[in-house]
Amino acid sequence: MSLNILAVDDSRTMRDMIRLALEPAGFTVTTADDGIHGVEVLNGIAPDAIITDINMPRMDGFGFIDAVRGQAKHRATPILVLTTEAAPELKARARNAGATGWIVKPFDPAKLIKALQMVAG
Amino acid sequence: MSQPDPMAEIRASFFIECEELLEALQDGLQTMADNGDDLETINVVFRAVHSIKGGAGAFGLEGLVRFAHRYETVLDGVRSNTLVADGDAIKLFFRAADHLSDLVRESRDGGVLPEAEGNAILTELDALLGNKGVEEEDEAEIDFQPMGLALDLCLPDLPPLPSARAGQFTIHFVPHAELYETGNEPFMILRALTDLGPCEIICVTDKVPRLTECAPEAAYLEWTIVLTADVTEDEIASVFEFVEGLCDLTVESPQATQAVPASTALPDLPPLPDLVPSFAAKPEPAESAPVSAPPSPAAKAKTIQPPAAKAVVRVDLDRIERLVNLVGELVINQAMLSQSLESSGLSPHSDAMNGLEEFQRLTRDIQDSVMMIRAQPVKSLFQRMSRIVRECSAAVHKDVRLVTEGDTTEVDKTVIERLSDPLTHMIRNAVDHGLEATQDRIAAGKPEQGTVKLTAAHRSGRVIIEVSDDGGGINRHKVQQIATIKGLIAQDAVLSDMEIDNLLFLPGFSTASEVSDLSGRGVGMDVVRNAIQSLGGRITITSTPGSGTTFSISLPLTLAVLDGMVVHVAGETMVLPLNLVIETLTIDHDNLEQTRPGLNVVRVRGEFVSLFDLGVELGYRKAQDSYLDSVVLLIADEAGSRAALIVDQIQDQRQVVIKGLDESFYRAPGIAAATILGDGQIALILDPADIIAQAQSNTSALSPKLMEMTP
Repeated sequence: MSLNILAVDDSRTMRDMIRLALEPAGFTVTTADDGIHGVEVLNGIAPDAIITDINMPRMDGFGFIDAVRGQAKHRATPILVLTTEAAPELKARARNAGATGWIVKPFDPAKLIKALQMVAG
Repeated sequence: MSQPDPMAEIRASFFIECEELLEALQDGLQTMADNGDDLETINVVFRAVHSIKGGAGAFGLEGLVRFAHRYETVLDGVRSNTLVADGDAIKLFFRAADHLSDLVRESRDGGVLPEAEGNAILTELDALLGNKGVEEEDEAEIDFQPMGLALDLCLPDLPPLPSARAGQFTIHFVPHAELYETGNEPFMILRALTDLGPCEIICVTDKVPRLTECAPEAAYLEWTIVLTADVTEDEIASVFEFVEGLCDLTVESPQATQAVPASTALPDLPPLPDLVPSFAAKPEPAESAPVSAPPSPAAKAKTIQPPAAKAVVRVDLDRIERLVNLVGELVINQAMLSQSLESSGLSPHSDAMNGLEEFQRLTRDIQDSVMMIRAQPVKSLFQRMSRIVRECSAAVHKDVRLVTEGDTTEVDKTVIERLSDPLTHMIRNAVDHGLEATQDRIAAGKPEQGTVKLTAAHRSGRVIIEVSDDGGGINRHKVQQIATIKGLIAQDAVLSDMEIDNLLFLPGFSTASEVSDLSGRGVGMDVVRNAIQSLGGRITITSTPGSGTTFSISLPLTLAVLDGMVVHVAGETMVLPLNLVIETLTIDHDNLEQTRPGLNVVRVRGEFVSLFDLGVELGYRKAQDSYLDSVVLLIADEAGSRAALIVDQIQDQRQVVIKGLDESFYRAPGIAAATILGDGQIALILDPADIIAQAQSNTSALSPKLMEMTP
């Protein structure tokens, strides 16, 4: 199933890895470098799901989710938070911001794909 | 062409990214040390460590992850204001950053660091947090398990488990409205359940009100699912992981439902979407619904200063080298073209000559741009030096502060790489020998903390890098004594201060009475000087007793093109760097003076400048009988010392391409490099400052010749 994914992460390595994990599985991956860039990129595309990091310059993941959910057309777009922390508070905070789910770094490609399919079809 | 391994490429780019992150980390820590910890700075510092950890985890670099994680935990403490980053803490952060960069390097090169140092730093980091940190640590350790990234995306199918354990689960799933708000979708969850095993899914529509009473944001649907599968409750729970707390969920385990006849377990499943008929009830964004307006991203962007995004292309150095060479050829070619056009007797106002002028301008622009590609700020180099200062000062128990200036000064990449070793040595020298011991500083009424200053600046077409300390200055008496003992100078030699200082550059000279760990590595200042000279640079010392020593390195800005003055000397064509030529003049009776026998000077606007015959200095000819009416170039080097060079004729001013002289050539004093002129002739490029220095040290030897010149 081909899905369009927007991946927002300030680490080039992470962006590359997400791309490497998803593209062979037939996903189309667009990337952005931080929250603000992510919002800009989002203007031109309609992703089936969004993956976002939390710790980013300029606008962090929470701010980004906020901004995405603030757009009417993205009120139900699945957003997965990619995080190194699995702390319950963080999950709660991500969820309060409107995240659909979370993936703990370092991610296993199969799990990432599964999670994306789980939230976006 | 073989396909590059994508993982290896990402790994390589991860390490490049690490370099950038480590630089940001150092910068951030420095800012914290200088200006206290504003939130954005500590965020940058935290993020740098955090990103390194994230990437390292993906590559299974456990040692790096472990260290970065605990470092990050402490930084997070600062970030969340549970910990105050005082001077000592920041010093520790610097050490941790140094260790982190070692770990990165070792991870990249496959080396192994002794764990002791890392553990010592970690213990200190943990101590900052107190017991709280240790507890958090335990929990975090479990939270974050680095795992290697399995790139084999086609995971082998697991063999089916014996069906004897297969059981039926009855699941009640009642989504709350919040479930929809987070972008979750019951349909997807139900589908994921069917992946576990055959499901009988019943949509309970009892709570759905009449359409007119439907609130758009409310959740009315619930589901009862009978799953027949050989799975654990955990596996079922994992399907609902994202919606935990956003729904009511009960799972009745097989034991409880064992009584259910097996025949009901496998109902014919209609296509799933039909099972969730009221999909439309999923809250659609109602236009009228008040949307809590989050601050617009643009507005946020204005308050936080966004760093200018830099798009970067990574290019093989070979390609740039090729470009540099081609531009060099272009410059030569342009010189040939202008020479032939000029000799064809065209009017300077002709179209061809105008075109040539434009061509020259473009060539210069291209050349500047190409040089800029190779140019890099000296910052990374300076950051490495700040580490040297930290380590070195700790080793000799001195409190030392490194001040840097001109971090953004750009220098050719090759120069930066090759400066690292000489600078390291000089910095170590400054800390170890230059600065006095703390008690001596106190006795001398100086601040306890010594200062080593590292500056870079562009000056008259060259890069000047200075290492200075506010120590006791060179102990000239001791230096001369050592040089005498070592037989480097005669017992009764009478030397000027400058000459004594320059003894430091003699091979085998060391002022350290005993070889210390730091400086006595068998490398002396002579090695430093050779390294600088091989870059076409010079190094000079100035020292003031009691207040410090400055080493000044002067380097050519680029290693490729130079504005030169083409002159003729004794039938040879030579090029002098134009930026060193202050003015040209002709010698006559009025301005030629002899201050003492053998020392001729030329008077330029009331100032006396030593006079040298370039032809003699280079060994092309004997001193002339008379230099009256000779052409003289007034030269000043970066240090400001002046000299007048006698040449036969000035031909031209033009750009020349520097063709470095191969190592296999003898490095003749005073000769910097060679070039190809417009007519195809090869000319030597001179290093006038070197010639002057040589000439001055040979003054006595030259005296008889120079005496001949004035009748």
